[in-house]
Amino acid sequence: MNLTLHVWRQSGPKAPGKLEQYEAKNVSPDQSFLEMLDEVNEHLIKEGKDPIAFDHDCREGICGMCSQVINGVPHGGQERTTVCQLHMRNFNDGDTIYIEPWRALAFPIQKDLIVDRNALEKIMQAGGYTSCHTGGVADGNAILVPKIAADYAMDAAECIGCGACVAACPNGSAMLYTSAKVAQLAALPQGQAEAAERVCAMTEAMQEAGFGNCSNHYECQAACPKGINVKFIARLNREYQKALFK
Amino acid sequence: MILDGKCPKGPIQTSWDRHRFDLKLVNPANKRKYKVLVVGTGLAGGAAAATLGELGYNVEAFCYQDSARRAHSIAAQGGINAAKNYPNDGDSIYRLFYDTIKGGDFRAREADVWRLAQVSNNIIDQCVAQGVPFARDYAGYLDNRSFGGAQVSRTFYARGQTGQQLLLGAYSALSRQVKAGTVKLFARTEMLDLVVVDGEAKGITVRDLITGEIRTHVGDAVVLATGGYVNVFYLSTNAMGCSVTANWRAHKKGAFFANPCYTQIHPTCIPQHGEHQSKLTLMSESLRNDGRCWAPKKKGDNRHPNDIPEEERDYYLERKYPSFGNLAPRDIASRAAKEQCDDGRGVGPGGRGVNLDFSDAIKRVGEHTIRERYGNLFEMYEKITDENAYKQPMRMYPAPHYSMGGLWVDYNCESNVPGLFVLGEANFSVHGANRLGASALMQGLADGYFVIPYTIANYLAKTKPGAVKADHPECKKSVEDVKSYNNRLLNINGKKTVSEFHRELGKIMWENVGMARSEESLKDAIKRIPVLREEFWKNVKVTGKGEELNQQLENAGRVADFLEFGELMAKDALHRNESCGGHFRTEHQMPDGEAKRDDENYCYVGAWEFKGVDKEPELHKEPLTFENVHLAVRSYK
Repeated sequence: MNLTLHVWRQSGPKAPGKLEQYEAKNVSPDQSFLEMLDEVNEHLIKEGKDPIAFDHDCREGICGMCSQVINGVPHGGQERTTVCQLHMRNFNDGDTIYIEPWRALAFPIQKDLIVDRNALEKIMQAGGYTSCHTGGVADGNAILVPKIAADYAMDAAECIGCGACVAACPNGSAMLYTSAKVAQLAALPQGQAEAAERVCAMTEAMQEAGFGNCSNHYECQAACPKGINVKFIARLNREYQKALFK
Repeated sequence: MILDGKCPKGPIQTSWDRHRFDLKLVNPANKRKYKVLVVGTGLAGGAAAATLGELGYNVEAFCYQDSARRAHSIAAQGGINAAKNYPNDGDSIYRLFYDTIKGGDFRAREADVWRLAQVSNNIIDQCVAQGVPFARDYAGYLDNRSFGGAQVSRTFYARGQTGQQLLLGAYSALSRQVKAGTVKLFARTEMLDLVVVDGEAKGITVRDLITGEIRTHVGDAVVLATGGYVNVFYLSTNAMGCSVTANWRAHKKGAFFANPCYTQIHPTCIPQHGEHQSKLTLMSESLRNDGRCWAPKKKGDNRHPNDIPEEERDYYLERKYPSFGNLAPRDIASRAAKEQCDDGRGVGPGGRGVNLDFSDAIKRVGEHTIRERYGNLFEMYEKITDENAYKQPMRMYPAPHYSMGGLWVDYNCESNVPGLFVLGEANFSVHGANRLGASALMQGLADGYFVIPYTIANYLAKTKPGAVKADHPECKKSVEDVKSYNNRLLNINGKKTVSEFHRELGKIMWENVGMARSEESLKDAIKRIPVLREEFWKNVKVTGKGEELNQQLENAGRVADFLEFGELMAKDALHRNESCGGHFRTEHQMPDGEAKRDDENYCYVGAWEFKGVDKEPELHKEPLTFENVHLAVRSYK
C-alpha cells in the first residue's frame, strides 16, 4: 500500500518545527510502523536528506523507548500496543498519517520525534525505591506477601515508563506513571516504612518537573500500552492524604 | 600464552568464601576518593553501579538509552534460577552448580559456576527486599516453577516479565544512589574508546548522543556491562541498539575476546516476513510442551497448512528424536527446523518457517486450556502475523538470542587489562557453550550485586586514586582518534546505507557462522567479510554531522565494529574443531545429530588478542579443569 505521511521535523530543542510531507510506497501490511519509517528513512538517506529521528530499541513492546503520537493518539491508538508493535495492516492503502512527538511541557523536544523524558527519572529518584542496602537483607520468604497484594503490586509494576500517559493527558500529568510506582510499593510490606515519605517526595518531584494535575479524563489509561489502571491514581491520592495527616 | 583464571584452589564448597576473605579491602573513608566508571545499566551494570555507590565509591554510570530502565535485560521473560530449595524437591547449591556445568558442556570454569550458584540465593532475597513482585502462593510464600528442562522447580518469576521486574529493582536501587549523589548517571551516552594508561584501564571516551560531543571520563577502574553481540547476525531477538562496540573497542585496546563463536540460537521465534524486517520476536519455548512441529513432506508445498493431510506431514522432531520429540533441546530443535527449510520444505513467506501445530492439543484438552496456558503468546503472535494460531499452526523459526562468548575475565571478573572489569553477558564466564534457561538474569545480578563489589576493591586497594587526570595525553589522543574515526565515516558519502551493509553482513553470518557451521562455510565467511568491510569503508553513506543527534552515525560505528568482529567470530568457530552446545560444526556430530565434543583437544577457553584489523589475531588458551563434575557426554535422552 501507499501512504502519505506528515511528520514533525525539528532540528533541535530551540529550532522551529513543522510538519513535512513524505510518501511511503509499497508498504507491506506485515511491517511494523517503525519498519515502515525505517524504509522511508532509507530513501531519505539515499537522497542525501536527513532521516527522521525517532526513539526505539527493543521493538517488542517492553523497553518503553518508542514514543510517537500517531493521528493524534500516543502509540497509534491500538489497545495495549506500543508503536513498535503497531502493524501496517491497521492502515489502508492511500491513508494519510500524522506523526508527532510526545507533547508535554515536561518533555522538551530533542530532535524530530525524540523528546527528553528525564523528568520521569527525577520522579523515580525522588523516592521510587525501598532503601535497602545490597546484601544483609532477610530471606525472601521471611517477609510474607499475601498473593492478592503481590498481584496488585505486579499490576502496578507493569508500567514501562514510556510516557504515553503524559502525552495523552490534556494536563500533561504524570500521575498514572507516578501512581503505579507508589501503589506497587505501598501494597508491599517492604515499602511500608517509607510510604509516607515516598508519596510526598514523588508528588513534589512531579510538580517540580512541570507535569500537570489529574482531572479525571482517563486518557492516560486509554493510551497506556500496558493497561495500567487509573485506580492507582486513586491510590496515589489516598496515600498522599494519609501522609499529610501523619 | 597460557592464561590464568586465578581460581581459588582447594574444596569448591568454600572457594568463594575463602577468596572473598583474601581479597583486599578499601577503607570506608577512602572509598569516596576512588571513581569507578560503569558502562551499561542493565542487570549487571545497574546492579554494579548501585552497589558500588552504596559502598561509598564515586560512580559514573553510562547508557546509550534515555533511561537506565530501558536496557535489554528488560525483555527477558522466563525467570531467574536460585538454589533455595523452597519446594523441597532436592535442590541445592551443588545441584545448581552441577546442572550448570553440564549444561555448559564443560566449557565454563568450575569455580565461577560454583559462585554463581552460591550467590543465586542472595539475589532473590535482595530483589524481594527491593519490592520486586515475584509470584506468590496464597500463604504469601514465593512460588517457583521449573524451566528449561530442569528437574527441580528453582525458577522464580514475575508473570512473563521477570527481566523487567528485576531490572526495575536494580534501576530503583540505582535511582536511590543518583539521589544520594554517589552515582552520576549519563544517559544517551555511548562509549567509543577505552583509555589505557601504562597498561591499566583509566578512562573511557564517549559520545554524547544528543550534542555529539566527544569527551573522556577518567576513573580509577572501568566496568563494562554492555551485553551481547548477536546483532552481528542483523536479525536477532536483541534490541536494536545492542552492539559489540564497547567490547570491541576495549578489545582493540588489548582486552582478549574469549569464545566469540559460542552463541545461542533460540528455536521458537516468529519467522521473518520480508526483506525489510528489523528484528525477530521470541516466543516462549514452553509452547513446545503442547505444540507439534512439522513441515510438509513435499518440497514447495504451499497449500494452506490445514489443507495438508496428515500423511503428507513430517513431524520431523518426533521422527528423528523419538524419546524427546518436540521437547528436544534448543540447539537440536533449532538445527532441525533450519534443515527442513534448507531442504525446500519451509512454510510461510520465503519458506523460512516450520509449523508449530496446536490442533492435537486443542482436541485433547480443549481450546480453553490452551488459552489459559499460552493466551498472551497467541495474542502476541496474532498481532505480529495476523494469523489465529487456534485455527491454524503457528509458524516458527530459530533466531540468534544470546552471546555466551565475551571479553575474557579471570575469577575476579577482571580482564587481562588491569582495572578493566567485565560483567554479565559482556564477559565470557559461567555459561560456557550452552546456556540453560533462567541463568542469564542470574549471572547479570550475581556479577553486579555480589561479585564486583568485593573483587574491584582488591584492585583499587593497590591503586593510587585519581592518578590520571582528564588532560593526560592518552585521553587527548583517544578523543582525537574517536573524532577522526567518526569523521572518516561521515566523509565517505557513498551509495549504500548502513542498514544495507548490516543486512549483508547478517546474511553471511547466518548462513556461514550460524547455528551449524562447517570448515567450508567458515572459510567462505572469512573470505567474504573483509571484502564487505572494504566496500563499507568506500561506499557507505552517513548523512548529517558529528556534532548533533545523528542516529546514522551511531549505527555506522556499530556496524563498522560488527564488520570486524564477525570475522573473529568465524575464525574462532573455524579453529574449534569440535561441537559443543551452541557451537555446532557439521563435521563433528554423533550419528544421532548430537554435538560431538573433543575434550582431549578443546577443553580450554580460547581468548583472542587483537593484532590489527587486517592481521591475524593471536590465540591464547586457558585450560579448563574439572575436579568436581567429571567430564561426561551431555545427553538429554
